This record gives sequence, C-alpha cells and structure tokens, in this order.
Amino acid sequence: MEEQVLKVQKIKNGIVIDHIPCGMALKVLKILGIQGDIGSTVTLAMHVKSRHGWKDIVKIEDRHLDEREIDKIALIAPRATVNVIEDYRVVKKHRVEVPEVVRGIVRCMNPRCITNQREPIEPEFYTVSKEPIIIKCKYCGREMGPEDIVENII
Amino acid sequence: MFKGKDIVAISDLTREEMERVFEVAREMIPIAKGEKKSELLRGYILANLFFEPSTRTRMSFEAAMYRLGGKVLGFTNPSSTSLSKGETLADTIRMVDAYSDVIVIRHPLEGSARLAAEFAENPVINAGDGAGQHPTQTLLDIFTIVQEFGHVEGLKITLVGDLRYGRTVHSLAIALSYLGAEIHLVSPRTLKMPKHIIREMKTEPEVHERIEDVIRDSDVFYVTRIQKERFPDPTEYMKVAGSYVISGDMVKKMKESAIIMHPLPRVDEITPDVDRTKHARYFQQAFYGVPIRMALLALVLGVV
Repeated sequence: MEEQVLKVQKIKNGIVIDHIPCGMALKVLKILGIQGDIGSTVTLAMHVKSRHGWKDIVKIEDRHLDEREIDKIALIAPRATVNVIEDYRVVKKHRVEVPEVVRGIVRCMNPRCITNQREPIEPEFYTVSKEPIIIKCKYCGREMGPEDIVENII
Repeated sequence: MFKGKDIVAISDLTREEMERVFEVAREMIPIAKGEKKSELLRGYILANLFFEPSTRTRMSFEAAMYRLGGKVLGFTNPSSTSLSKGETLADTIRMVDAYSDVIVIRHPLEGSARLAAEFAENPVINAGDGAGQHPTQTLLDIFTIVQEFGHVEGLKITLVGDLRYGRTVHSLAIALSYLGAEIHLVSPRTLKMPKHIIREMKTEPEVHERIEDVIRDSDVFYVTRIQKERFPDPTEYMKVAGSYVISGDMVKKMKESAIIMHPLPRVDEITPDVDRTKHARYFQQAFYGVPIRMALLALVLGVV
C-alpha cells in the first residue's frame, strides 16, 4: 500500500475510479469523454498491484460524475468503485452497478438496426448477463459483449 | 388477453397463447379454404405496409383479411410513399395508425416492427424485419408440425441448409427447443447456425455435416435455400449446395411418418419428384399461413 501511495498521488478534490479491470483505464477515459485537455489533472495508473491481483486506477481532479456517467463505466468495469474526494478525504464511495436497462449510452452495433436510422428513439438494451457483460438490443435483438460495447459508446 | 396485442417476436407469445392461436387457426381452416363464409372482421381495416417486396406473406395477409370480410389498404412499393421524401418510420406509422385498425409491417431494417409497435396505438404484426424476426412464419411452421404429429415435444427436428442467414430458422429453432423438440442442425461449415441463436435455445442442438447422418430417424426435415450470393466463388457454391439437397432417393430412407417442410420459395434444394411423395408438406405449410394469419388478426382485434 505504501508503495502505491507514492506512485499515484493523493488528490485534493475530484473522483477516484478504482478497481478498473487491468488494461481498461484508457477505455474508461474514452467513455467519460476525456480526451485532449479537459482543464483538470487526470492521473492514470495501469497494472497496479492490489489485494486481488492487478487493476487500473483513474483519478480526475475537480470533477464529479452524474449517475448516467457512472452507468457508462459499469458497462466496461463492472466492479469499479467511485470515490468522491473532498479536501483529501473520501466523502462518498460507491460501487458502480450494471443497470438492467441501458438507455441512450450505447449505440447498437448492427448497422441494419432501425435505431441507427434517423428515428425519434433512443437506443435501448436489456442486460442479458452482468459478468461477462452482455447486452441485447431491445429493437433488433443483437447481443453485444464487452469489446462491442466499448466501441459503440455514444 | 389478445386484444390489442403486438406480435413482434415469437417470444412475445407464451405457450398458452400459442396454443390459443392454433385453436383459432383450426377453426379458420374451412373459411381459409373458402368452404365456409365469414364476416368476422367486417368493418375492420388492415394496413399492410410492405417496405420491401414479398409475395407470399403479403398475399396471405390480404387473403386472411378478405376471407374474414375485412378490408385491406397498403402499399408494396415504398418509393411511392412519403418515406422516399424523408419521413421517419415513426411518423408513417402514426399516420397509418389513424387510418386502420391493425398494422402489418414488413421492413428491411431489423427492429423496425418493434419501433412501429411503440408508436402505434393499434396492434402491430411483424411480417419480417430484415434478418430479424418473422413470427407469423414461425407460428405457421410450428402449426404445420402440430397438425401432423399433435405435439412438438420429443420430435427429432432437423434444420437443413443456410442456418446462418436464413431468417426463418433462427426463431424457429429457439421456439422448437422451448417446446421440447430435439433439434439437429445440418449445414455447410460457412453457413452454420450463429452462436448467439444456439445460446438462446433451451437445449443444445446436435450438429451434423451430412443429411445422411440423420436421414433415418428425423421426424421433420425443415429445408432452407442456400443462396448463391452467399458464396464469393460459384464453384464453391456448386460443390456445397449439392450436398444439402433432398432427392427422391433420399426420401426412401426416411421414416414412414417423416415430413419435409420448406418456407418457400424453393429452388433446387428439394427435387420435384419429392413433391409427389407422402412426406412433402411444404405446400400444405404455405396454405397454413392463411388460417394462422386469420387467427392472429381475429385475436388481436378482439373478435374471438
């Protein structure tokens, strides 16, 4: 633990997303729409030793997540925890949860699905399995796994 | 329980509901044949929306409605509709919904029938959405088997041909597995049943390379067309397609009671000499499309 503190500095205010599956940190950033300069410090640690093997960690300073964004993380990091940090202290900690219904977050990967047309509907999926994550399009029935989901985050 | 119900996927129906459809369909048979007259749907209007060509399905829905004294409006050429002007499907559906009592939709894009059902107040029946669902075909297929054997449970049912792109076999395989059939699959390596369909089946199907492996003990052969377009190399097609043909010689090895089904149109996959054998059921199966669709229309309109 001591060593880890040295590697990834504590932050004053913001969020820490912990227990991201190894190698998925960059995808978490993609889902959160963090690319280029977002005006706050982002720290990313990959392949960090933890009690249960290896994990990735993302720290974002001066930024909070709304529930919709947290759901998005759950789709690729079902065991992630989100810690809200204020003045160096964890003031809130929650485990993300894969929602039963995924609405408006992921686009259907099936190019021939009606939801990919100019129609007044939001893409919607049912969660078929939480681990590994598999979601099924409410409209065309196409099932999407973890990789497909990452590629089709809106 | 049926009034106002949308029939988008076969999984929208419970086993009891399916049995109810069959029960009504049986009563409809003499009317479908023209032996009895009916005015059950007099005063009702069906909107038949065919966004892609289809002869069999469209005509059997029309026949079903006319046989029950109802009226049909619709189109078969979407280029003549406002969709070609850029109208959304959602808007077209809301408009048509106001002109009719029940909507039947065939559309090239998957999920379009589910969308239509969401926007229409009146019941929507899916007549095929792209490579997706085609529940009325599935129902008439199962009905054909039930009419023949009285049940589905315990039957050995072999699906032959293009199991990858063949739309009718996907929902059929899933439904039959839930009804207790033992499913066997015979297809070329490149046209195998997709994994996600097998995952949805209640029991694991048995996979075979050759029809000969199952010829002697299958109760039902459900044959589908292998399309030339699926093969980049025509010689490969010739080589492959030939091994999935049901011929008069093969029929001789079948069980006495075995039946051969096909969603039609057929090209070469069942030779014409099979038509005259006691095993051929594909034309009977096509006829059942009418009473099944009559039953569905009457049920969702709440008149039976």
